[in-house]
Amino acid sequence: MNAAPEPIIELAGVTKRYGIGTPVETEVLHGIDLTLRRGEFAALIGPSGSGKSTLLNIIGLLERMTGGDYRLQGRPVKELADAELTSRRGDTLGFVFQFHHLLPAFSAVENVMLPALVKHGRFTEPDRARAMTLLDRVGLKDAADKKPAQLSGGMQQRVAIARALARGCPLVLADEPTGNLDTHSSDAVFSLMRDFNQEESVAFLIVTHDPRLAARCDRVVELVDGRIRSA
Amino acid sequence: MGPGFAWTVAVRFLREGRIQSLLIIVGVAAGVGVVTYISALIEGLQGNTLRRTLGTQPHVVVKPFEEIPRPSLRAGTDTLARQVQPRAQRTRSIDNWQALMAEMRATPNIVAVTPVASGAALAIRGEASRSVALIGIELEGYDRIVALKEKIVEGAARVTPGEALIGVQLAQDLGVGVGERVVIRTGGTSDAADTFKVAGIFDLGSRDLNRRYVYIPLKSAQPLLGIPGGATNLYAAVADMFEADVTAARLKARTGAEVESWMDTNAQLLSALNAQTISTRLIRLFTAVVVMLGIASVLVVSVVQKRKEIGILRAMGATRAQMTQVFLTQGAIVGLVGSVLGVLLAAAMLWVFTNFARGQDGLPLFVVGLPLDLAVTVACVATLCGILAAAAPARRAAQLDPAEAIRL
Repeated sequence: MNAAPEPIIELAGVTKRYGIGTPVETEVLHGIDLTLRRGEFAALIGPSGSGKSTLLNIIGLLERMTGGDYRLQGRPVKELADAELTSRRGDTLGFVFQFHHLLPAFSAVENVMLPALVKHGRFTEPDRARAMTLLDRVGLKDAADKKPAQLSGGMQQRVAIARALARGCPLVLADEPTGNLDTHSSDAVFSLMRDFNQEESVAFLIVTHDPRLAARCDRVVELVDGRIRSA
Repeated sequence: MGPGFAWTVAVRFLREGRIQSLLIIVGVAAGVGVVTYISALIEGLQGNTLRRTLGTQPHVVVKPFEEIPRPSLRAGTDTLARQVQPRAQRTRSIDNWQALMAEMRATPNIVAVTPVASGAALAIRGEASRSVALIGIELEGYDRIVALKEKIVEGAARVTPGEALIGVQLAQDLGVGVGERVVIRTGGTSDAADTFKVAGIFDLGSRDLNRRYVYIPLKSAQPLLGIPGGATNLYAAVADMFEADVTAARLKARTGAEVESWMDTNAQLLSALNAQTISTRLIRLFTAVVVMLGIASVLVVSVVQKRKEIGILRAMGATRAQMTQVFLTQGAIVGLVGSVLGVLLAAAMLWVFTNFARGQDGLPLFVVGLPLDLAVTVACVATLCGILAAAAPARRAAQLDPAEAIRL
């Protein structure tokens, strides 16, 4: 057998405290150890208030941890300045949020090109070609020029997945991606993520409340009261 | 290269908030329109006032020194009674005026210089005589300072030896026309007289001056006034009218001559103009502040409305600097588009003003144009104001915590 694929994220003893120095100081994450490798397809589950969103934000470099060590593609991120974090985030991580969060002022294909616009400062032809390919793969080629408001919830979420993959990031973080979709759309969105995972070895970390979906993942990480129960 | 991230996102954001963007652009246009209109109007009116008032005056005048009595008995040494009477000022020439003229020509801001010999005289025709101000000029040089040629209403603009130009009123009073003769007699010590043919009749726009002024060649005036080869005044025109006092002071310091500017002789006019200028500045300042507050408040609301979108863009790798630029660009676009519309609005208002505000004679009250440099300056300042006004909202956008913004 080959050696295990290279790790994308490595968390060791990560803690997060809020309200430091105030009477309401609370620790929401108590020493998280977690490694995700290239091509993994993992669910992150846990009851409300268990710290799932906080953990996802820390992994997504949207929030800073209080203690512990976090390496992204082998490089520690703890000491990085905001601008550096922002550029690492753009290069390495794709995001899919619960409420789609497409930019209403841009068409579907432009939304998929947004990460490239952020990086290159313009819409280039190769970017557009890649965006169209992605939209084709999520089955929305014909809706490319529609504004988000003209698309259904499931369609919007498929555009969001295409956008998360637009820069070819090795890891996509999805926060309740099927949270407000009906069962049918929900299955379609999940299958799409599965396809990208299997065909392009993109790793996924999916926060979900749905045990049915979690069961279809390769790995389930359960967070209870700020600790990982089983990995 | 394309137009860039900040530009693309800024334009989309503005187009998305249609009504909001439209309202603020109209607001900026109204503000810029008012400022441009007021500025052009005041500038135009001041120009008109200055032209009318100073049309017959030089901007800077060099005069001979006043004669002061020098009593031989000094006060204070002994007990004695002393009374010193001021001297009567006779007509004198400026010492060494040719050299002084060369000096003046070399002074910055001065664009033209001409010598003048003037004094009191009587214009006589038959039984009628009128006291006049006799002004000996070199017409070409004089015309560059006081546009006399264009004020000739009858006859020719010409003062060859033996010819004179007189005003409409004087011509009436004496009953002379072009080609007829008047006798000019100066009194006092020189007491000389000569006959001149009226070459042309002028209208300076003031009855008083039309009755008083008689122009003859400089060379004819000199002997009449008893100052052969002399000049009683040197007239100069300046490029920047409002720098005339500085120019006069500089000239005085350098040459020691007696120098006056129009600003000394027209102190009241000057303070009226200054009051206008100050009120215009205040109007400009307050309008700018109001416009900036308008832009800032709309953008602040927009930052709040777009929190999620800012969060998403940040998650996709947009830096704080990029978010700042997005909002600064919105401010700049609003300022620029608004100011272009505002300048057009001002041009329209000025057109209406010039074409429909007519005096009793049916002619336009004033001809006021919109100077291009004013339009460009206003547009630049408005754009800059837009960017400044966007500074605070832009900082807020940059400092939004992306995690928090997305969660909402």
